[in-house]
Amino acid sequence: MGYQGHFRVWRGSDQGGGLEDFTVEVNEGEVVLDVIHRLQATQTPDLAVRWNCKAGKCGSCSAEINGKPRLLCMTRMSVFAEDETVTVTPMRTFPVIRDLVTDVSYNYRKAREIPSFRPPAGVGPGEYRMQQVDVERSQEFRKCIECFLCNNTCHVIRDHEENKESFAGPRFLMRVAELEMHPLDEADRVGEVQSSHGLGLCNITKCCTDVCPEHIKITDNALIPMKERVADQRYDPLVWLGNKLFRRS
Amino acid sequence: MRAQIAQRTLRTDRWWLPPLTTFVGLLLISIYAAVRTFMGDHYWVDEYRYLTPMYSPCLTEECLPNAAHFGRILPELPGFLTPPVIIIPFLLGFRVTCYYYRKAYYRAAWLSPPACAVAEPHAKYTGETRFPLIAQNLHRYFFYAASFLLLINIYDTAFAFSTGIGLGNVVLLVNVGLLGAYTLSCHSCRHIAGGRLKHFSKHPVRYWAWTRISKLNAKHMQLAWASLIFVCLTDLYVALVASGTISDLRFVN
Repeated sequence: MGYQGHFRVWRGSDQGGGLEDFTVEVNEGEVVLDVIHRLQATQTPDLAVRWNCKAGKCGSCSAEINGKPRLLCMTRMSVFAEDETVTVTPMRTFPVIRDLVTDVSYNYRKAREIPSFRPPAGVGPGEYRMQQVDVERSQEFRKCIECFLCNNTCHVIRDHEENKESFAGPRFLMRVAELEMHPLDEADRVGEVQSSHGLGLCNITKCCTDVCPEHIKITDNALIPMKERVADQRYDPLVWLGNKLFRRS
Repeated sequence: MRAQIAQRTLRTDRWWLPPLTTFVGLLLISIYAAVRTFMGDHYWVDEYRYLTPMYSPCLTEECLPNAAHFGRILPELPGFLTPPVIIIPFLLGFRVTCYYYRKAYYRAAWLSPPACAVAEPHAKYTGETRFPLIAQNLHRYFFYAASFLLLINIYDTAFAFSTGIGLGNVVLLVNVGLLGAYTLSCHSCRHIAGGRLKHFSKHPVRYWAWTRISKLNAKHMQLAWASLIFVCLTDLYVALVASGTISDLRFVN
């Protein structure tokens, strides 16, 4: 059975904007994106929303619903009470372009800062051989759909714009972990993840894991193992003592 | 320019409840632990050889002779200090630098952030890049120390069985079980056991250990709370029996 749902949608641009109230028809089985599309079709033809697959696989429709970073296409209307006001806003961490669409180019910039996969010398494409057991840790991180909800919710950059320069965000720290754990990658990534990608800024409060629509255990399986690798290399007093005693660099 | 939204958060759920519960829980346990630490009494039941984990090992001159399983090898402590002050820095260090507790108190006590997608009140943020928080990287050394103290707790538990079996033995046994599970499920333990390896296929035993620890590690939060609360309950039970407030329920002897 359908009902008339109450929605508050942020409308505006980088020049300013605010929440606007709408009453929209909601039908059984719909997700928030369906209602946004109905709003577009019936009341606000110029409402901007980025979307693509409507199946939780393209990572385009990231937004915030009742303050929580979520995919519009994967949030069922049945999780809200019929008399509940549903507030839809763009992702807070990134600059807004218009309405629910944000400029996520920060993420592409950070992606380019990470050196690509480096196989052993003399091993070319098509010659990679590895055991499943060795590569499956990295494969978990390949499930990422790059919705950037993790980077959006991470307080390191959400609440501190100035950290964007030095912090890659959970998505790209996870990318470093993916390469570091890859059985054929030979690049030294541990030093860089701390010095160039800002792993030390992460205080493992796990919001990235909480919002991941692919349920990747970002904190436990990527960020903490990377912190432990950094501890191996930089903060191990025994290694430090060995370096001092034997004058290793 | 970000979307201009004045509210700190638009979350409509009770996002403040988990950090508040964590804060109150940690505060109550800290108060209890501080009171018992500086009480300096009712930590040993001579009749049944129950030693509270908070006073184990008891190493200083003021320890009751039978409670000092490894001898009173350290001199008497000055002033108001009691035997647990020797071991508490290691146990506290293990918990304070634990990856779960860090999340818990960063959120609950430092509000950094109080909850996901709720703005934190601090103007500046440097995370764990500077002193003192950079010291969180020493977690693994506290893990080693805590593992050593756990072995002593296991010895105490086994030693208490020498007089028969009572409810206190069961309490001590559950306590070391929970402490053992919490210690084994530690992220550093997971890393040391096998996580640091690049090729699991070359180290089947360590890979096996890593998979088992990973399963436990998924329950690290639950084990952190269960073990912490149960240490206090174990201590309370021993204190009540030691002070004569209750008598131990005996099954065998």
